Amino acid sequence: MYTSLTNRRSFIKKMAALSAMTAAATMFPGIIFAAQQEEGLPKGGNLDWKKAPCRFCGVGCGVLVGIENGKAVAVKGDPNSTVNKGLCCVKGYHSVMAMYGKDRLTKPLVKKNGTYVETSMEEALDLIASKMQETIKDHGKDAVSIYGSGQWTIPDGYVASKLFKGCIGTNNVEANARLCMASAVTGFLTSFGIDEPMGCYEDIDHADVFVLWGNNMAEMHPVLFSRLLDQRLKRGVKIIDFATRTTRTSMAADKSIIFKPQTDLAVANAICYEIIKNGWVNKSFVEKHCNFSKGLTNMGYGLEDNYKFTDKPEKIDFEAYKAFLEDYSPEQVEKISGVSAKDIKYMAAYYGDPNKKVMSLWCMGMNQHTRGTWINNLVYNIHLLTGKISTPGNSPFSLTGQPSACGTVREVGTLTHKLPHGVVMNKEHREFAAKIWDVPVENIPAKPTYHTVEMFRALDRGDIRFMWIQVTNPMVTMPKLKRYREAAKKEGRFIVVSDIYPTPTTDIADVILPSAMWVEREGMYGNSERRTQYFEQMVEPPGEAMSDTWQLIEVAKRLGYEKQFYYKKETHIEEIYNEYRRHHDNKKHNLAPLEVLKANPGMQWPYVDGKPTQWRFNAKYDLACSNGEDFHFYGKPDGKAVIWQRPYEPAAEEPDQEYPYWLNTGRVVEHWHTGSMTRRIPVLHKAMPHAYVELNPKDAKRMQIKTGDKVRLTTRRGDIVLPASVNQRGVPEPMQVFVPFFDENMLINDITLDSFCPISKEPDYKKCAVKVEKA
Amino acid sequence: MPIKSYLAHPHEGKKQELIDALLALKNCEVIPAENKDILIVITDTADNYQDEILKEQIEAIASLKLLAMVSGFNTPKNN
Repeated sequence: MYTSLTNRRSFIKKMAALSAMTAAATMFPGIIFAAQQEEGLPKGGNLDWKKAPCRFCGVGCGVLVGIENGKAVAVKGDPNSTVNKGLCCVKGYHSVMAMYGKDRLTKPLVKKNGTYVETSMEEALDLIASKMQETIKDHGKDAVSIYGSGQWTIPDGYVASKLFKGCIGTNNVEANARLCMASAVTGFLTSFGIDEPMGCYEDIDHADVFVLWGNNMAEMHPVLFSRLLDQRLKRGVKIIDFATRTTRTSMAADKSIIFKPQTDLAVANAICYEIIKNGWVNKSFVEKHCNFSKGLTNMGYGLEDNYKFTDKPEKIDFEAYKAFLEDYSPEQVEKISGVSAKDIKYMAAYYGDPNKKVMSLWCMGMNQHTRGTWINNLVYNIHLLTGKISTPGNSPFSLTGQPSACGTVREVGTLTHKLPHGVVMNKEHREFAAKIWDVPVENIPAKPTYHTVEMFRALDRGDIRFMWIQVTNPMVTMPKLKRYREAAKKEGRFIVVSDIYPTPTTDIADVILPSAMWVEREGMYGNSERRTQYFEQMVEPPGEAMSDTWQLIEVAKRLGYEKQFYYKKETHIEEIYNEYRRHHDNKKHNLAPLEVLKANPGMQWPYVDGKPTQWRFNAKYDLACSNGEDFHFYGKPDGKAVIWQRPYEPAAEEPDQEYPYWLNTGRVVEHWHTGSMTRRIPVLHKAMPHAYVELNPKDAKRMQIKTGDKVRLTTRRGDIVLPASVNQRGVPEPMQVFVPFFDENMLINDITLDSFCPISKEPDYKKCAVKVEKA
Repeated sequence: MPIKSYLAHPHEGKKQELIDALLALKNCEVIPAENKDILIVITDTADNYQDEILKEQIEAIASLKLLAMVSGFNTPKNN
């Protein structure tokens, strides 16, 4: 049927209006628009709208993807999703365009005599399997490895773990989520004995105060930040931005408090000091539900190869903890942190006020930290001391950056020490996994091998010879990148990269496999609030592109594991999900059946008796609580959470005479991580075409640097030249600079430091020393 | 040829002022809610460049408190 351009545009405009009205109705129940405006709004049209979680960040917005003639052409926020209530951010809106870049990889490529040659998928998979066999034969099973991603779907990560840990018998499984939320994991495990937030996004609708700990939500989690702003409009809530740099979030907040890098540790302790000093401790909660512990200090920073650290927790009592905090009075901490005692007391008073519900939110600022586990512990301390936890609106909440960092990496357990249920070090956990995987328990090694930084160091040393990289771009994201780029190029290394576009990581590959992206295949993601979301295949992938799940299954079969990889092509996602659910078949982590995921915009776990759990550890909401009390922190054997004594310690590398500035790196709203997708979306690329270095205006003036001038940054790892940004989007403090990492043409990670938190092994991308000069 | 829809929140008491300012912009349609301080804004521009400029103009309106995108359609020119 012929449709004129005018009619077509008019129709689409009405669709756009309808989407907005639906979103408004979700956010403002009872909202009324003039009757004539609602007349004639289209009900369907030619577009076929299908639901999916957004491809990008860890918020996990529900989107509706408009399909027309076999192509994804439009996106709108899903009004039925409780996550985003119909809203959509700039990346989400453009997400379908990321599928249609001109240089999509559509054929497998094999490097022959230094050039890439097209080959068939069958041949490429044969080559990968034979190289894996050859490497295992020559160098042992711990010479092969897989490095995946928080953008892996749940089935991708599951089959990777089953193949490497269960069948091949190596714990060389890691994922890029090690670089972004490992400290959140170890924070949860040390404080509560079980991973992932106890609360959910609905906390936003109940909290009176939001404290953002080094979290630029306006750019990194814009839809959730819109929900915070919406609550301010409706209920007058307070937003406090506690950060090292002035950002869009600071500008939108009610109060911006700036601290010196690394000193969040001291400020968190000072808040606890104030809570105790002013009698704001919820004594009955603490007595019933908390223990106090201290761990080792002066742990180092993991800068040397084969660095090892094991904490030795020791129980202490409240009085010992109180005595420890004597060094952290607001007045003393003001000197360390640059935060006035008045502002420390201001924050403490909100946490301490029994009539205020407080939500703490954080992401990379606290996690990418050489004391990342500690600062996570310290924020939990604040909530535990005041009893402001696991109830609507009282919620310490770690946000994630990737769509399935939680669902795949944390829950499936695609880290060297993890299994889908439990850890490799535990015999019962190994037996449990081996039974479901149908492999001898002896297959699963009892010792973890390499965390991410050490895995790339092992590649450099030659301990690892084969690495398969899927859905991630480590040749942009690894800290101290030069070393690891050279490592990958060394003789005797074989690298396979599965991706959708050429990247600096495909540049180091011996085989490049074209992957199916997002709704070109079927899968599930798990977001920050324990919500598992299903998406169907909506369009065909281009050329020979294949899902990462099926690539792994094909190789597994070639390696002789047909029995374990019995899945049928047509039903493999369902079969894998049903098998995976068996690992979490208990009240603490049960996942919703697939048909429930298909019928809903996601479902939170634990899913028990047909219902999701919004607030864990609270007997009113969580059926896993069994101690007969109001709260039960069942991750710990005695059912009690831990308040940790953790001191302030300096960063691994602090500014000195030779390198007098702090270097901080991060993200921008327009680009998804390394920009391999968003830089191919013209409007986003145009809005943010290249990286830059943000300087404080005073520093810029002193060095006579204007926006656009070239600036040379030099660290002990090397140097880089970037255009200056002065008084633009963000403003660092004097003697600090900020550089976004999305730009593969200006690789800031060439000069960052590979120090990491000794407990979580997550690198600190936020702090190293740098020299700044006009180039 | 992008078409986008937004929810626009005016500053207190500035709803009519925001409606007037938005209606003065080319390529911009407004649907105010009758019983809440919220407006729906539909933008229809020829290309991404114009779309960006229009968004900047909207965001510069003093009576606007918050602009949240809801949906977007990038329709090909020959469609």
